[in-house]
Parts: sequence; structure tokens; C-alpha cells
Amino acid sequence: MSTHAIKLSVNGKPYERSAEARITLADFLRHELGLTGTHVGCEHGVCGACTVLLDGRTARACLMFAVQAQGREITTIEGLAGAGGKLNVLQQAFHEHHGLQCGFCTPGMLMTLTELLRDTPDPSEVQVRDALSGNLCRCTGYGGIVAAALAAARSVRGA
Amino acid sequence: MKPAPFDYHAPRTLDEAAGLLATLENAKVLAGGQSLVPMMNFRYVIVDHLVDLAQVEGLRGITIADGVLRIGAMTCQRDLEFSPEIETHCPLMRVALGHIGHRQTRNRGTIGGSLVHADPAAELPAVCVAYDATVEIASARGKRDVPIAEFSVGFMATAVEPDEIATAIKLPLWPAGHGYGFHEFARRRGDFAIAGAAVLVDAPNGVVKRAAITLCGIATTPVRLSEAETALAGKKLDVANIKAAAATARALEPISDIHAGADYRRHLAEVLARRALTDAACRAGATL
Repeated sequence: MSTHAIKLSVNGKPYERSAEARITLADFLRHELGLTGTHVGCEHGVCGACTVLLDGRTARACLMFAVQAQGREITTIEGLAGAGGKLNVLQQAFHEHHGLQCGFCTPGMLMTLTELLRDTPDPSEVQVRDALSGNLCRCTGYGGIVAAALAAARSVRGA
Repeated sequence: MKPAPFDYHAPRTLDEAAGLLATLENAKVLAGGQSLVPMMNFRYVIVDHLVDLAQVEGLRGITIADGVLRIGAMTCQRDLEFSPEIETHCPLMRVALGHIGHRQTRNRGTIGGSLVHADPAAELPAVCVAYDATVEIASARGKRDVPIAEFSVGFMATAVEPDEIATAIKLPLWPAGHGYGFHEFARRRGDFAIAGAAVLVDAPNGVVKRAAITLCGIATTPVRLSEAETALAGKKLDVANIKAAAATARALEPISDIHAGADYRRHLAEVLARRALTDAACRAGATL
């Protein structure tokens, strides 16, 4: 059982902690760094609740060990809102389009859509649904989430 | 749902990685971790040592030389999906990649990991079998090349020994203008496929010179539909010949499990082979 000194950056802030090799990035974020916005659902890569950005790309935080994130840049849901907790465009769109009910899946949904809208600023509904295929929601039926994603894309484009 | 304790190793060179595998007991290679880590979380897999290849130099990248496409084993699926080389020279793989898991897992999952994990339903092994690819393998004992036909040896078992590392995959390219098609059936987008079909066809002037048809999800390893390949050779790519070729799938004796029975898989094999062949024919310029 090896223990490792882990240095990484989360939402632009550097952290240094030691962790056992078997600690997943999701548990590291939650228990070591106190960043509990990243949710842990299925712990086998199916539900998408723990999705974070790893050097700008979405990844399941339950499917990697914290030690693998050595020296990397992580973005979590805590990194989305602006100064004073002002919701960003995507978060505001979720609020306005009823993109969440219980909120458990929401952090993962937002991280997946953050990547999608960055790479595909004008997505079709099919592209949004394809991107969201890796995130499960048990409440909404996805309609509000898709509407929020498309509205956020329009808003960012100024359309 | 937490993995059992283990020691983690992050070698920087292939020699160092091979050395670790040669000496450590109950060690396993960690590539992208998108199949291994869930199995560790479930404690289906309990290891004493994980040897992470992420920092090993020289295991990533795509090169083309002498008509062979070589992909480093640690190249992630998402990088392949957006690679201009893959799009131009290996479009079958590009289509298949879109069916693998989800973008969040393709960002981490690697081609080497897919091949060595060898899930019977996996897309990339089926594509590599269609290409008659060769897998490069290294260990402290030396290097060897294994033809893909000898690579899969059983249910989630490959020719890669516990002290070995798959380092690259080599695919002999098909001629420009060849046709290709990939279809699979899964209950939900991104789920493991119940069955799938990968097809390559070289048909200058509409007459089949060579065809490769591979099915996944049908047996414990990818299956070549060689009877159909032979039946198509020298024939015109038309609806009747495609139907007849796909119908050879009726002779298969597929696996049966909780997801689908053998009869249903046999039916899917024929339908998916026909659809993939139809796509391949259209892309090869045939008018159906």
C-alpha cells in the first residue's frame, strides 16, 4: 500500500496532499480537499455524476486515482461560477430551463456540457444528446437539460 | 465499491516498466483505466501493484510508413477519433470509435487498453481483426510481434503475458477508395454492444477484390465471417450479393447470456453485417 505526495491544481488553485494510491480522484476532491460539488454515484464510470475536467477534457473522477492526477489541472463545478458565486451562462440556463430537480447529476452534466460548448459552440440537439449520453439523470427526463444547453449555446454566441 | 490497497508505480521508460513487471508479484498494467478501475472498484480485480504507463515515453502517437499505420498503445480513443490520419487512412476505425462508451471515457481510454482488456463486445479489437493487424509486445525478455489472429486466446484473454506490455498496433492500410462500414446494436447509446459488425471492402469498378467482415459480441473473441468474404470475392457489389454474404451469419453458433440469447445474436449478426456491407458498398462507389 503506497502513499504518495500529490501536487495538483484545482480550479486554478494549487494543492498538495498525501494520499494512498487507491484513493480515487473523486474521493480525493471530496474528502481531502473538501470540494464536495463533485458527486459520487455509481463508482464504475456509468452515471457521470463525478465528471470533472482534467487538463480541459472531461473524465470520470471515479475511474482514476488521485495519484494519476499528479501535476495536472482539474476543473470541478466549484470552478464554474464567477465572482461572488454569480452563476455562469450555462448554470443560469439550467436555472431558467428547469435543467435540474434533485441536483445529484447536475455537477457532471455541467462539466460535460462545459466541454461540449467549448469545443462545439453551435451544437445540434443530436450533438447535445450524444454528449449527455454519458450522464444519467433520474429526475428530469433530460428535456430541460437539453433545452438549457441549447439556450446557453445561443446566449454565448449572442444569437 | 473502493479498490483494495495496492502499490502504484509510474515508470518513465519502457525498460523501467518492463523491469517492474518482471520482478513484481501480482502486478497489472494501468493504461487508461476505463475498464480496469471499475473492475478494481468492484474488487473483481485485486492487485498488489499497478504499473501506470501514462508517463512512459514513446507509447503515444500515430505514424504511417510503407503502407502501415502504427498507433502507440497509449494513444487515447478521443485522440484517434479526431486524428486526420485516422480519418483519411483508417476511416473504419473513425466510425467505430464513435460507438465506444462516452466522450468522457474516450478521453481516457486507450487503444492498447481496449485490445488487452479484450471485451468480447469491444469495437477496436473487431476493427483490428478486420485489418489483420499486428500487435507489438515488449517485456524484459525482449520484443515480439503477434498477429491479431493469434492475439485473442479466449474470453477476455490475450497473448500478452503478465510480464508483457502491448506497445503498439500496426494496421496494413487498404487502398484509397476502399469501402468501410461499422454497425452495432446496444440497448442504450454507449452501452456494451450486444453485437456489431466491422466491414472493409476493396471493389475497384464495383467488383469485389477483397473483403474483410468481422463481428463482435458474437463469440468470446471477434469473429471473421470468412465464408462471406470468400463468397463475395470476384462478385459485383449489389443488393443480392450483399444479402447472400450476410446470410452466411446464420451458420454461427453465438454466445448466449443475460443480455441476449444465441438466436437473437445470430439474427443481429446477419442484419448488422448486411448494414455494414451496404455502407461499405456505397462508400466504395457502388450504386445499390
